[in-house]
Amino acid sequence: MQTKLEEALRKPVFVNVGVRSFGDSLREAGYDVIDVDWKPPAGGDLRIADLLDELI
Amino acid sequence: MSLKERINTANAEAFRRITAADPVLVDVAPAAEVIPGMRDRLILHSGPPITWDRMCGAQRGAAIGMCLFEGWARTAEEAERMLSSGEIALEPNHQHRSVGPMAGTITPNMWVWVVENKAFGNVAYCRQVESYQQFGDYSPRALEALAKWRDVWAPSLRAVIRKMGGIPLKQLVARALMMGDEMHNRVVAASSIFANAIAPVLVTCDVPKEHVVDTLYYIGNHPFLFLGLSMAAAKAAVDPARGIEGSTVVTAMSRNGTDFGIQVSALDGEWFTAPAPRVNGLLLPGSREEDAGLDMGDSAITETVGWGGFVIGGAPGILNFTGGTAEQALAFSREMHSICVGTSPDYLIPALNFQGTAVGIDIRKVVQTNVVPVIDTAIAHKEPGHGIIGGGIVRPPLECFTKALTRFRERSDAWSEKPSSERTDTLIRSF
Amino acid sequence: MVRKTVVRKNRYFDSVFLMQVARRIAAQPGISDASAVLATEANRKSLTKIGYAGDAGFDTAGPNDLVVAVSGDERAVDAVLANVEQFFTHATPIADAQPQRHSIAEAVAARPDASVAVISVPGEFAAREARAALEQGLNVFLFSSNVAVEDELALKTDARQRGLIVMGPDCGTSFLGGAGVGFANAVRRGPIGIVASAGTGMQELASLIHRAGSGISHGIGTGARDLSEGIGGISTLTAIEVLENDDATTVIAVLSKPPAAHVARVIEERLARCTKPTVLCLLGSGRKPATIDEAAALALQAAGVSHPAPARRSDEMLARALDQLSPERRYIRGVFAGGTLCYQAQVIFRDAGIAVRSNEPLPGMAKLANPDESLEHSFIDMGAEEFVHGRPHPMIDATLRRERIEREGADRSVAVILLDFVLGAIASNDPAGDLLPSIRKVQQQSPIVFVASVCGTDEDTQNFAAQTRALEDAGVLVFASAAEAAAFSLDVVRRLAERKELVHADQA
Repeated sequence: MQTKLEEALRKPVFVNVGVRSFGDSLREAGYDVIDVDWKPPAGGDLRIADLLDELI
Repeated sequence: MSLKERINTANAEAFRRITAADPVLVDVAPAAEVIPGMRDRLILHSGPPITWDRMCGAQRGAAIGMCLFEGWARTAEEAERMLSSGEIALEPNHQHRSVGPMAGTITPNMWVWVVENKAFGNVAYCRQVESYQQFGDYSPRALEALAKWRDVWAPSLRAVIRKMGGIPLKQLVARALMMGDEMHNRVVAASSIFANAIAPVLVTCDVPKEHVVDTLYYIGNHPFLFLGLSMAAAKAAVDPARGIEGSTVVTAMSRNGTDFGIQVSALDGEWFTAPAPRVNGLLLPGSREEDAGLDMGDSAITETVGWGGFVIGGAPGILNFTGGTAEQALAFSREMHSICVGTSPDYLIPALNFQGTAVGIDIRKVVQTNVVPVIDTAIAHKEPGHGIIGGGIVRPPLECFTKALTRFRERSDAWSEKPSSERTDTLIRSF
Repeated sequence: MVRKTVVRKNRYFDSVFLMQVARRIAAQPGISDASAVLATEANRKSLTKIGYAGDAGFDTAGPNDLVVAVSGDERAVDAVLANVEQFFTHATPIADAQPQRHSIAEAVAARPDASVAVISVPGEFAAREARAALEQGLNVFLFSSNVAVEDELALKTDARQRGLIVMGPDCGTSFLGGAGVGFANAVRRGPIGIVASAGTGMQELASLIHRAGSGISHGIGTGARDLSEGIGGISTLTAIEVLENDDATTVIAVLSKPPAAHVARVIEERLARCTKPTVLCLLGSGRKPATIDEAAALALQAAGVSHPAPARRSDEMLARALDQLSPERRYIRGVFAGGTLCYQAQVIFRDAGIAVRSNEPLPGMAKLANPDESLEHSFIDMGAEEFVHGRPHPMIDATLRRERIEREGADRSVAVILLDFVLGAIASNDPAGDLLPSIRKVQQQSPIVFVASVCGTDEDTQNFAAQTRALEDAGVLVFASAAEAAAFSLDVVRRLAERKELVHADQA
């Protein structure tokens, strides 16, 4: 069985988180990309985001 | 088990309990007779706890209406004086296993729908749905409708429900979802199915003929009739999920026109509030944007179990009421899966290829994604003395969820240290 | 202001639909208010109360009839009521119903075969998303910068245990199985595998290999700090290992700025054990290969690819450049988009014994006190944190670089402006065109020598040849690599210094 790293080099399938154009340029080049509609967790409150990390 | 795993396990249990619910309408009864803790000179209201001085106009108007209805006061002025002096107590419905739409006011002589969750044996109550008094209108016309409910409609319904030995609601709701209802502001199919089911039995009941006729007119022409039932059913379904140690699942979303509040399973009894938001929607002829009050009512209990805004994709008819397109409605229903524990096996959305509705709002996922629940709702006037003025879509403030999460984290240290055997016991005992 | 109603007999619409109709009518110019309701007694009363009454049929309409009531200026009201049906058949636009994924977990649930997360969220949230990606079994390409070194170490350690790799943070480019991720050039596939902690270094090396007629199997970015003391080369070691086991790779080239001493030893030992030929280029270490060009040449040689030596800089070009410069001009200003290219240029000058200042200095070079103000010989990395905070990278948006070029051009002591043009995905559609107006403006004001290199290939959408030609047409001296351009600039600067000494000698 291939490891995920070997898979990534053989036929990568991408999850794009953040700047949309990174995903778009891969898609235009013919690769499969799943976009995550990312927003800063907890409305950008870092204290809450840290707390969230312990819980999820 | 790690803290995260414990939370996941607890949430799975909360989800199991909510989806296992079997709500059955067993009675219609005066609040004094059935609601735990109901007493003289007490008004139950929608939303988190609130004092008279912070209460919004519509809920004040509704409270005044109840004082007049109960005969505690002869005039609105007298009622206001009694309310502001504390002679009349105010407590949230949710503390009494009850819910009420909009202002949500319940007093001893207000008859309520009684729904029993047969899977767990718990009971929940919801008051009558109408378009005047619960929106803050305390005019004689508004109070007349309450009296009619108390003297004619509710007793007749009690007779027929008892004669039928109760009416199972689970299947009825599932059918209505197939027919384009979403069980919050679009319950027209469910109301019809309900009316059709009881009409033939009602005519055989030992009820004065004019009451039968009056009641048949009432149930046959009330497009929001079933909302009282769907709210009671939702409340009955979600209550067993309260108090599960480690669960981050939401057990109530509720508003009083001043504050929006949520409750969370592991933090039972606590409210996490933020200012009630403005509703984005459409107004009835003659009403203006600046007249609109803020978000109000316990009716978001329907969203709490995965109905209402969560199934809006299957109820495109309501969108013209709330604004938006059918595609956006489908997107809303899909989006809710991002913040929930699981998918209902019973309540399906035909427009989403019969996918089940999203159930079990997880505050962690809400905070992580910034996706807050979608709620469709009616709009009341900001001043006392008016009926319904419109409807729309509202989303709770994220702040409610971040506050709850912060509190959860404080509390989780205490129980996450306990050995897991002790934990399991608590888990079982908690219900 | 008029109020008018029309009644349509025996028409039933849902009341919520009617509210929508009313809203559409009310949105028409000249209309102040509109209602569309079934003519129930209550509705008729409420309309009467707000001033509608008396029109034909209104008083006799019943609950099965529809009434539309409109107020506003008369012509607008008449126009609406004459065509009232159109508001009942108005089609709502179809919105995008693509499912939105709100988390990496959801994305992976939808595509279990996903293998790489490309993460470019703001730095303070980057570690959290990278962790989520690793938990979901994804390799991570982490473009984000400003990730704490402890977070980087934790992520890379976790990845190592899971058999995954973290490319980054601050990773600009990777080539995975032919897919160019991030700022990537369109490079042919071939036998050479690259491991690079240097972003534009990877692009330059891959482009040089492509232009020599060969290609790369994979290019694995590891992030600027991977070979530091704190990280210990975790991703570099993983990358070497995976390339060693990769059938498509016959030669492994590792490119980096100088690592921490003991990390360098670890990497050297690892490469010594490698079953494939390797090239290790540690820019600025003083060891061979000293430049990206030399690294490319060695890798091509190891892969058995013969390639023509690139055209060298000529004495004739140098003489012409010097002719155009007046005696008071003697300094070079490098205004770079590519961080590694800025670094390499500093290495070339330092190795020749010429001190250069920079906002991102090599060890031993002076740091500019103010990154906005050049002094004597200065190489500016316009992609450094102080210039990209809250704005796009200079490879995407040339605004700051244009301003800088014009400012350097106005300095009468400046003889040479050294530039790089980076092509490829994500980068500007016309990097040369972005800067040419400023270059021409400077040229019109003063005789300054512009020296440049273009990093890219003919398969890049911006097109290597077209970009080169555009620059040459404007009189820019374009070289075959960033190292060549820097070396030519070095020659110019040296000769200017000699000339100055001669002038001094004459005066003496």
